[in-house]
Amino acid sequence: MSEAILEIADLCTSFGNTVIHDHISLEIMRGEVFAIAGSSGCGKSTLLREIMLLQKPVSGSIRVFGREVLGLDDMEALDFRKGCGMMFERGALFSSLNVLENVALPLHEHTALSQDLIGEIASIKIALAGLPSSAKFKYPDELSGGMRKRAALARALALDPALLFLDEPTAGLDPLSASGFDELVLHLKRSLDLTMVIVTHDLDLLWHVADRVAFLGDGQVLGVGTMMELSKSSHPLIREYFYGPRGRAAREQAWKQK
Amino acid sequence: MRAWIEIVGSEIRLAGEWTISGMADLERKLAELPFSGETSVVAQDIEAMDTAGAWLLHRAVQGHTLEITGLKPGHAALVKMVAALDMAEIAKPQSRGILEKLGVAGWRMLSQSGGMLSFIGEATLALMHAIANPGRIRWKPIWRNLQHAGFDALLIAGLLSFLMGIVIAYQGAEQLTRYGANIFVVDLVGLSMLRELGPLLTAIIVAGRSGSAFTAQIGTMKVTEEVDAMRTIGISPMDQLVLPKIVALLIALPLLTVYADIMGVLGGMIMASFNLDVSYTDFIDRFGSSIRLSAFLVGVGKAPVFAAIIAVVGCFQGFQVTGGADSVGRQTTKSVVQSIFLVIVADAIFSVIFSLVQL
Repeated sequence: MSEAILEIADLCTSFGNTVIHDHISLEIMRGEVFAIAGSSGCGKSTLLREIMLLQKPVSGSIRVFGREVLGLDDMEALDFRKGCGMMFERGALFSSLNVLENVALPLHEHTALSQDLIGEIASIKIALAGLPSSAKFKYPDELSGGMRKRAALARALALDPALLFLDEPTAGLDPLSASGFDELVLHLKRSLDLTMVIVTHDLDLLWHVADRVAFLGDGQVLGVGTMMELSKSSHPLIREYFYGPRGRAAREQAWKQK
Repeated sequence: MRAWIEIVGSEIRLAGEWTISGMADLERKLAELPFSGETSVVAQDIEAMDTAGAWLLHRAVQGHTLEITGLKPGHAALVKMVAALDMAEIAKPQSRGILEKLGVAGWRMLSQSGGMLSFIGEATLALMHAIANPGRIRWKPIWRNLQHAGFDALLIAGLLSFLMGIVIAYQGAEQLTRYGANIFVVDLVGLSMLRELGPLLTAIIVAGRSGSAFTAQIGTMKVTEEVDAMRTIGISPMDQLVLPKIVALLIALPLLTVYADIMGVLGGMIMASFNLDVSYTDFIDRFGSSIRLSAFLVGVGKAPVFAAIIAVVGCFQGFQVTGGADSVGRQTTKSVVQSIFLVIVADAIFSVIFSLVQL
């Protein structure tokens, strides 16, 4: 539990004159569910994109599985990406493929397994993500928002990654589906020994699922710790976030359950 | 490290990393294993396992009365979890028979034509409405479309028809010199450019440039629900998206055609002076006396019809987009193919009509 799987050190990002990250450092341990919170536009999703090498930071270092990932060449980057799964905010399912084909695509691409076995493994992921078998042959535009998220999660799980990134997994879901997703994340963590990095606004998800939370704001990490620790923080931005009307309700509910 | 299997006596030993990256040739080996009542499976050397590996193991021993010993507790839990998943086999949707496919395709074609007809009707109504209430015409999108579809196409349309003029004069040169009829190159270039090639070439370029852009724009807006948002705000997509495009093309295409005519004849003229010793002044003299105004008017007169075809097909196909990126691509292809096809069909019909009325 004490081994760091992802270390971010001194990361700086800016778009033009806007500084997004100003010397950010974070450490994420193996097997934990790590959430990144913060108000809109504070660079949460950008951070994920930088870790997945979709975007280049100005300076700093990102080490995943003990290896520096910034500056990897194409082959090494491919190798690194195979060990990670990413679920995008809007799903980013391929619209020309049905759910089963979407999940099977990384398997077809990167393994030499037989057609049948790939179909079965993809079906496992779809079942793991909590989708009914009847959804397998549906196309993305025939799915509801919640099902689309689950299908996206199934695709992110396709190659059994050790590290899973979720960008706003519960955004746009009704409360029931959202809490279903919370359960799903916990179940996956328990059964697959996954390390998960979740970018989210969802206070319920933060309270119930995250082991540790980093709070970004003003281009810096304003606080890292469990939700209990963060909620005791004296930083005005954090207090505002957690002690606003919605924050209070979520906190009270979380305390009642504990 | 890879996964491997050893057979020692009646014992089957599983070892290594039973993960998606380590189990490439495991599948075949497992299928060949001599499982029987007496074999025992020892799995204590399995070092890592993921869901794919767990499924492979479960799949191999399924249906045999075997006991797997030595599996690490974490791995055993994984196998158990995978085995318990609801994997009810769902029948793949049946692929259609040839007769059904034919029927579906035919029906789709029919309903598409019907949809197209009603779209033309709607567009015409909207156009009439706009003419009746000129104050409600949206000028800004018209200007923008005029720039994109008209002005920005000047370079490519001019260049292509200039080259076309050169090619016609060059091809004609050999035949004409053989009969000493050099000066007739003017008739050749003038008539073919003005009557046929100018309008047709321009229409094809615009169909490729702007017709596709119309479809892609409207289609993408439909995917992102912008079209629906427009409706809820009370702006008719017909007024905001379709009419400006039709009006802009109705203005731009005839103008582009005139420009293409000029450039084409210019190309022919330059080639004629190089290859046929027809000087510029001779060329222009002959042009004035032998090419009647009707040839020019026939050509330019076709342009608005082509413009209407391109704009209507482009917009209609945009609204036919359903779903996602894939559909946008498909409809854009359809839009370009259909509008070029219809433009050429219309051109053929014009030829027949003009020859009947002897223009």
